[in-house]
Amino acid sequence: MSTQVAPQVPAGSGAGGRRALPGGRQGLLLGALGLLLLLSLVRVISGADDITSSGTVGAALRLAVPIGLAGLGGLWAERSGVVNIGLEGMLILGTWFGAYAGYSYGPWVGIAAGVLAGALGGLLHALATVTFGVDHVVSGVAINLLGAGIAQYLSTVAYGDGAIPGAGPTQSAIVDPVPLVSLPVLSSGPDLLGRLERTHLPVLGDLAGVLRGLTADVSVLTLLAVLLVPISFAVLWHTAFGLRLRSVGENPVAAESLGVPVYRLKYIAVVISGALAGLGGAALVTGSIYREGQTAGRGFIGLAAVIFGNWRPGGLAAGAALFGYADALQLRAGSAVRALLLLVALLLVVVAVRQALRRRIPLAVAGLVLGLAFLLWYLAVDTVPSQLVGFTPHLVTLLVLAVASQRLRPPAADGQPYRRGQQT
Amino acid sequence: MSTAVETAPAAPAGPPPTTRGARLPLRRLLLAVAAPLAAAVVALLISSLVLLASGSDPVEVYRTMLDSGTETRSLLITVNNAVPLYLAGVAVAVGFRAALFNIGVEGQYQLAALLAAAVGAAVELPAALHIGLVLLVAVSVGAAWAGVAGALKVTRGVSEVISTIMLNVIAAGIAAYLLAEHLQARVEGSNNSATPPLPDSAHFPTLDPLLSALGVEVPRGTHLGGFVIVAVVVGIAYWVFISRSRFGFELRATGLNPAAAVATGVDVKRTVFTTMLISGALAGLVGMSQLLGTAFSYGLGFTAGLGLTGIGVALLGRNSPVGIALAALLFAFLERSSSSLQFIDVPRQIYVIMQGSIVLSVVVAYEAVRRIGVAQAERAVRTATDRGAA
Repeated sequence: MSTQVAPQVPAGSGAGGRRALPGGRQGLLLGALGLLLLLSLVRVISGADDITSSGTVGAALRLAVPIGLAGLGGLWAERSGVVNIGLEGMLILGTWFGAYAGYSYGPWVGIAAGVLAGALGGLLHALATVTFGVDHVVSGVAINLLGAGIAQYLSTVAYGDGAIPGAGPTQSAIVDPVPLVSLPVLSSGPDLLGRLERTHLPVLGDLAGVLRGLTADVSVLTLLAVLLVPISFAVLWHTAFGLRLRSVGENPVAAESLGVPVYRLKYIAVVISGALAGLGGAALVTGSIYREGQTAGRGFIGLAAVIFGNWRPGGLAAGAALFGYADALQLRAGSAVRALLLLVALLLVVVAVRQALRRRIPLAVAGLVLGLAFLLWYLAVDTVPSQLVGFTPHLVTLLVLAVASQRLRPPAADGQPYRRGQQT
Repeated sequence: MSTAVETAPAAPAGPPPTTRGARLPLRRLLLAVAAPLAAAVVALLISSLVLLASGSDPVEVYRTMLDSGTETRSLLITVNNAVPLYLAGVAVAVGFRAALFNIGVEGQYQLAALLAAAVGAAVELPAALHIGLVLLVAVSVGAAWAGVAGALKVTRGVSEVISTIMLNVIAAGIAAYLLAEHLQARVEGSNNSATPPLPDSAHFPTLDPLLSALGVEVPRGTHLGGFVIVAVVVGIAYWVFISRSRFGFELRATGLNPAAAVATGVDVKRTVFTTMLISGALAGLVGMSQLLGTAFSYGLGFTAGLGLTGIGVALLGRNSPVGIALAALLFAFLERSSSSLQFIDVPRQIYVIMQGSIVLSVVVAYEAVRRIGVAQAERAVRTATDRGAA
């Protein structure tokens, strides 16, 4: 199946991935600028200041962290050819152990415990899929069952007797937060960005709001999580180790024949994957508590972000940001959600115009019709029911998959069991 | 897998098996028994370690569960609770046979139960028709929701694993919205959010009279749900359909090797789409034993999570109708009997760990046994061909 790409595995994977993105770095900058303009336009029309307020953006960043970390976990595993549906379970393990150790010994020990617990979940997944050759999705589902069970059981054991104030059979006591940092002068003290934001000038005010949201009162843990995106990119795409790891995910037979230790690299990748998910879980509980059902499918969303981002760290981060933003808007300002309809309508029109320019008329018409539908919806209602807003990111993911799935390029051997010594 | 396929055609080339080869079936039988046994031992070991680590006596825990779980009352509840698990397991298994992973059973049955409850409460019909209508709505909604994933897969190449995960969340959102805004019964002084109750004509009959006729005394406050019959019928239909029908053959061919299936004239896209519809239709039945048998309305307290547990049940039951039944009964037994653990101060959630470790060790054990089997077959072929050459 994948034999024809064998001789130029690494080169093919890198170039193929990049070609799928429109226009590289310049295009990215233009896209960001266009999005800012659209957001500003929507804000001015609808009067929903919250859609670019620093509060919303800050919340979006916080909410994107666990999703992004789970997604990075998914990226590491899938780049080595192992599908990790068990991210949700590893996230749950991270929340429980992060909260328990965090309450008992301080937040940093909690974070370490969360990472360790997630890594152990990853080790179990590696043992099942790499050593025993179990179907990756099957093992992942079992680990999700197991992770949820372990967390529920241990909660009752640890907190069920009511000896710890605030904790109970389904929740832990509060874990201390880690320090917050702000950019001096611009986002704290004189708070220049804050002043600019409060002028509510078109575009400038929005830019200030977004930048302030990203730089004011950011938790050290969030910073670490954000840094892990470029770090993952650097390790996976610019080191010999990363090249070998990705070659395992593209064509393990060829990699093995070149002397690459396939099993060992898969193990390393899946354990790192679990550790990242565990960190995501710890991020959920640090400065907060563990609650049963708290992860609410974030592991799966992380996986969706991987696909959304075409198995690249940058795209993944963008996907996580989108999910975080939708969550934040819903949590902070339900009324601003109506403005989201207008944004979606405008975005769809932009997409339709782009497709029309490429002479893809059916797609352009579909985009236009959908855009008009959203516009009518925006004009017809005063509020959008919160239950429907909750799944916006999931709907967007489905739409992106439906439109772009042919242009997505997963690692060639993703999800396929591999046995040492097998031939293609 | 590829090795097994490669060695298979080589087997008839050798001479007929002699005494050495005759021992093979026995060995294979031993291997087949070894897998579940090994898995059970490993799962028991994991649970025991967890129990020991948290300061409980595993032997006491298992004895308590066994004692309370085998009382007539518990057994009846176990059978009743196994029914939805069984249906969820079969729904997942149909997909598995076509190499489709329907993680969306969860969303399919929730949405189906809500709409079936709403329609059932809104109409008045004679009993049999009423039940039939509710079931029809449930089956159609489940199939339609799974059909979205099926259509996305065959037309746009979207992996059903991801699309069904997304559709689960979307279904939960739609269900919550419909329940809160449109389908909820307004009861004065109550903030319980649920659809209006189904009239008596939509109540599924119980099997209690049958049990009494057989001389089994049904303990007070419990019953044997009539939906057991539906589960049995579904199981038989599943077996006939998969192993005896033309479409079942096409379905299995698609699952085993889509390229070969196309070569033999199977319309793989149509098969994949239809399989998703069937899987979703069965998923629609999952919530029905609760809706028509005990709850009679869909509310916030409607059992959730059966779709995900159903995946475990299908894996444990190896996609066979009898295997899934045993797996569903085991899961229901663990859940039911664990409720007695509160009397000896052990958290009952240990049953979730037991279920998870059973599934994980079973899949590992079967894969290990399959590899041993393949290696043995290869050895047998080698000795046979060597002898043929000499």
